[in-house]
Amino acid sequence: MKTIDEVLKSIRPEFDFTASGDFIADGMLDSFDVVTLVSELDRNYGISIAGIDIVPENFRNKSAIESLLARYTRP
Amino acid sequence: MNFQFTHRKISGLLGIVPANARSFVDEMANFQFPLQRSLKLKEVMGYDQHRIVDGPICASDLACFGMEHLFRNGLLGRDNFDALLVVTQSPDYFMPPTSSVIQGRLALKHDMFCMDINQGCAGFVIGLIEAFMLLEQPSIRKVVLINVDVLSRKVSPKDRNSYPLIGDAAAIAVVERSADATPIHANLKMDGARREALMIPAGGFREPSSPETAALEDDGENNLRARDNLRMDGSAVFNFVQVEVPPMIEALLETAQWRVEDVDYFLFHQPNRFMLQKLADRMKVPYEKMPSNVVEHYGNSSGVTIPMVIVHNLREQLSRTAVRACLAGFGVGLTWTSMLLPLGPLDFCDLVEFP
Repeated sequence: MKTIDEVLKSIRPEFDFTASGDFIADGMLDSFDVVTLVSELDRNYGISIAGIDIVPENFRNKSAIESLLARYTRP
Repeated sequence: MNFQFTHRKISGLLGIVPANARSFVDEMANFQFPLQRSLKLKEVMGYDQHRIVDGPICASDLACFGMEHLFRNGLLGRDNFDALLVVTQSPDYFMPPTSSVIQGRLALKHDMFCMDINQGCAGFVIGLIEAFMLLEQPSIRKVVLINVDVLSRKVSPKDRNSYPLIGDAAAIAVVERSADATPIHANLKMDGARREALMIPAGGFREPSSPETAALEDDGENNLRARDNLRMDGSAVFNFVQVEVPPMIEALLETAQWRVEDVDYFLFHQPNRFMLQKLADRMKVPYEKMPSNVVEHYGNSSGVTIPMVIVHNLREQLSRTAVRACLAGFGVGLTWTSMLLPLGPLDFCDLVEFP
């Protein structure tokens, strides 16, 4: 299973995501990258992130993505 | 707003697509994105090829071609219907209505109700609601509902947000009375406050076309489009669909006292595969009951996609049997609407190519 860092790197290999606190504002993820990211996270974690959760706030930084994933992977 | 009808049916359905097919891979170089990112998007969204008109083809050209096909093959009598509804966002002219253009080109009788409806992705269900209401009149025995759009002519080829998914197409549905008293339920909501999420800003009376409105602008995500072009706020539209559509379908099923399992097919507007699969997951509908394969074969042709999903996936089945269908359209306006109805067996259900 890939880590969040690895998934992000696979989508935009040209960026260092550890250096940003806001991937959207810093132009590292656009709206279609978010769609690709959701698709990768769904596949990687065996979940289906609900459409209503696919909003920029949930993908702004690694901590936001971790919080979102916790809601779907919690037993 | 809820609607209920009885003794109404779709008796035939014909899809018309341009023969001109373009592939996403061939067009990727037009976009200002690394090829690898575009290929990833192709996989997620289901982009492959789309059918678009080649040259200055208009809505009435596709519609008349389909109507002549029906006349020639004895599937519809030239004088055998009393109303012609045309749902389009790409009319031949500001005036006269495209329905009048089609009536005139086909030399149809004068004793006919012709009307244009300016609607988009919800336009098939809205057209059916209008057709069902027209059939309240004894003088109207049969309604021809034409959904048609050639919006590729209004989308910038350098806009990766919209161009890869756009498709041109027409569909002709024959709508008439039925002996079947099974209730047909529908619901509809509209929110004009969110009208700018999907629009062509210039070219009307509010902002006439000019050299300035034809100039390409960057949307901030490397998509280049002019104010004369179709603009879609993809994130806003995605969120609108995911928030509004599932409760709309729940309300419709509750009104009809149906369960999700009672529906054979969820035949929804086809924006892209990702959006539809997210809807299916949320509504707990198996993917095979909600086909999402229109964009990859033909593109998103706005109000024509529901007929396209029917003729592409259920053509043979509907010539023999009936299915319990849930239709849903959602888009420009913003507008969202759905309908539960028995569909089939149809007198004809086919797809033809406009050369």
